[in-house]
Amino acid sequence: MRASLAPRRRLYNTGAKLLLWLSAGICCVLLLFVIGYICYRGLPGVSWELLTGQESILQGTAGIFPSLVNTLYVIIVSLAVALPLGAGAAIYLTEYAKSRRLVNAVEFAADILAGIPSILYALIGVILFCTALRLQKTLLAGSLTLAIMILPTILRTTQESLRTVPRSYREGSLGLGSGQWHMIRTVVLPSAADGIVTGCILAAGRVTGESAVLMYTAGLSTVMQDFSSIENIMKASGATLTAALYVYAKERADFAEAFAVATILLFLTILINFSAELAAKRLHKRKK
Amino acid sequence: MNRSRTRSSPSELAMRTLLFICALTAVIFVLLITVYLILSGLPAIQEIGLFNFLFGDIWQPTSSTDPKFGILPMILTSIYGAAAAIVIGVPIGIFTAIFLAKAAPPKLAALIRPMIGLLAGIPSVVYGLVGMCVLVPCLRKWLDLPAGDSLLAAVIVLAVMILPSVISVSETALEAVPKEYEEASLALGATELETYFRVTAPAAKSGIAAAAALGTGRAIGEAMAILMVAGNVANMPSLLKSVRFLTTGIAIEMNYAAPGSLQRQALFSIGLVLFLFIMLINILLSIVLKADKGDNL
Amino acid sequence: MKRLLMSCAVCILFLTACGSTADTAVVNTEGSTSMADIIAVLQESFHTEDTSITVNFSGTGSGAGIESVLTGTCDIGLSSRPVRPAELQRGAAVHIIALDGIALIVNLSNPVTDLTIPQIASVFTGQITNWKTLGGPDAPIAVYGREAGSGTRTAFEELIGAADNCLYTNEYGSTGDVTGNVSTNPNAIGYASLASVNDTVSILKVNGIACTERTIQNGAYSLQRPFIMVTNQNTVLSKPSQAFLDYALSQEAAPYLSLAGAIPP
Repeated sequence: MRASLAPRRRLYNTGAKLLLWLSAGICCVLLLFVIGYICYRGLPGVSWELLTGQESILQGTAGIFPSLVNTLYVIIVSLAVALPLGAGAAIYLTEYAKSRRLVNAVEFAADILAGIPSILYALIGVILFCTALRLQKTLLAGSLTLAIMILPTILRTTQESLRTVPRSYREGSLGLGSGQWHMIRTVVLPSAADGIVTGCILAAGRVTGESAVLMYTAGLSTVMQDFSSIENIMKASGATLTAALYVYAKERADFAEAFAVATILLFLTILINFSAELAAKRLHKRKK
Repeated sequence: MNRSRTRSSPSELAMRTLLFICALTAVIFVLLITVYLILSGLPAIQEIGLFNFLFGDIWQPTSSTDPKFGILPMILTSIYGAAAAIVIGVPIGIFTAIFLAKAAPPKLAALIRPMIGLLAGIPSVVYGLVGMCVLVPCLRKWLDLPAGDSLLAAVIVLAVMILPSVISVSETALEAVPKEYEEASLALGATELETYFRVTAPAAKSGIAAAAALGTGRAIGEAMAILMVAGNVANMPSLLKSVRFLTTGIAIEMNYAAPGSLQRQALFSIGLVLFLFIMLINILLSIVLKADKGDNL
Repeated sequence: MKRLLMSCAVCILFLTACGSTADTAVVNTEGSTSMADIIAVLQESFHTEDTSITVNFSGTGSGAGIESVLTGTCDIGLSSRPVRPAELQRGAAVHIIALDGIALIVNLSNPVTDLTIPQIASVFTGQITNWKTLGGPDAPIAVYGREAGSGTRTAFEELIGAADNCLYTNEYGSTGDVTGNVSTNPNAIGYASLASVNDTVSILKVNGIACTERTIQNGAYSLQRPFIMVTNQNTVLSKPSQAFLDYALSQEAAPYLSLAGAIPP
């Protein structure tokens, strides 16, 4: 059949095919180059000492343990705030809300939140949490700002997974006389759990990769913070991995360490993407 | 009887109210953000004058004799930069999406898809770092410039960064096109590639438009990566010169502007302008999607 | 549901507890990024003496640091330019902890070694645009500087007599950023605090005088400025902050200051 095509059509087909393969090729080459270059310059610098050590000018050692801890802090606190809000909102929208207008308004708001660039979140964090709520430049202020930023991610993924729970489950439970919340808690939420987990992993990924917000709201200190009491936890202020990368690359021109941190971030990204995919796969399996 | 009692029990009512409040938070946050950005952005605009602020072409905020707060160079740079990034990034993204959704051998597509996901997950500072260490020196050598930091470098980085979102959104749209369309076209004698380009892609045009709009939003909003490659002087945009975007204008001076100074307030005004840009794109997008829903099928 | 409620409770706890501003053993310093190394080394040596106090540093800018301490958002402000009369009037108390030279830096491959102040001014105001004029190779000059608001930029431009008149090819957000970019671009010239310049770039002589500890201490090197800790006279300094300030001004801290490249006054 191919042979019978007019020359012009054959040219069109070959051209189109070339275009598609070329575009996909460019994407792959780009990614492989970025990964390869980062590993090439960063892997030699990654060591157990770097991961678990603290930097010391007096002893001449480097270490990013404080930044790892700060990153973990920000992930935990921002999720602790955004998860109940986002999941709660999604539950209300799918299970309770009767007014289509309310659902539309909330979904529209979530879309707007998702579209706001992070530099604007940085400004908001500075005005709202650092200044108006007097949190100063702290990890707490940064985490709360990020909580707003990841709210739409959690809201949307929870909503998606709640929708996959069959109607019959709900009706069965309600028919047996349980209250609506009781039904949601015992029937809907357990079956939607992996969707919510996926949302959390995606949100954690966004938090790990975020830099602008944290640089302006959470501080840039790379020394170990004191997490021994609630008060100190609230006053702790420091750089997460991305912010530390920026500090090393831009403020200290220490590219060896910057690329080492970049390598670690790269592996974290791979890990997060992989687990998100795994969670999503489990979700799909259940759907079938 | 039993059922209605448990339904209206205090704890049920409490949960219902609590969840309702949760649902409202997204709306509240949007209102809060809008109000705060307007409140903190207006004072400087009032002091500088709207016309001088938006159309002034000199940004010299800390001059002791004659401070000037014109952000026209930043506005134009953001528009040009995003437009150029889209011109490069969107076609590559859409073609890759067609490749993944239709033309690629399934095994190859399954291999590339997670790679695209990874491209999306890499933090923007990492893109900035690679751009700064590879792209900038290369541009300097190849084009024989005093310094490689330029609009061109920023455009290339932006084009790479918008690729993954363009690809994943348009791929979803392409996959949602009913199989019957393609089957009909094939049955009429079109080849597979002709079908993808002339039937499937046009049928998915609203999704592809959404992908382009999403890319525009990301390109206008990106700050940290281009902060590291653009050179950051508030010149009028020119491809091979150091430029400052709206976002990098905020980012570079944010830490240094003294609280309460007009410089800092002006940065919040830039934030307000950027916010309006983003909202404009959002609204345009929803109009496009709505109009398309109307005439579709 | 318990988990949901728990997390809600934790958030509320967090938010309410935020209002309290009791004295904790944390000293927040904010200001000039040129002083980052100095604070980092003081932070560390001070911590070995008194482990109960954590010193934090936010690299913003000299002006922002002074403003922050005056408005109470940090404990100690750090300035790498002289404090202005208006700031003194509002209650800024000045403690000079060290001196610093502003080093004029070029790429290691650049053969130029010495410039006069008028030459520097012509380069930074855009009158000289090729290295050939200065005895170097035939290549364009890339003028690197800091962004508006930086103490280094203000001090440098005032010292060469070109305040608000400089034409930069690129502007960077921190001292290390200028150094890093000069080290990768053979055409570049920039300025950075001597304290944070390393051996990836070469330092030019100014009027034939090298930028060293001795020439800065005896005043022969003209591009120099003080490193200052600023406190607020109108409020009582917290005990940990006072301890840190006393330590920074003490004889014990002097060797650490030199280690970080600063020059004890």
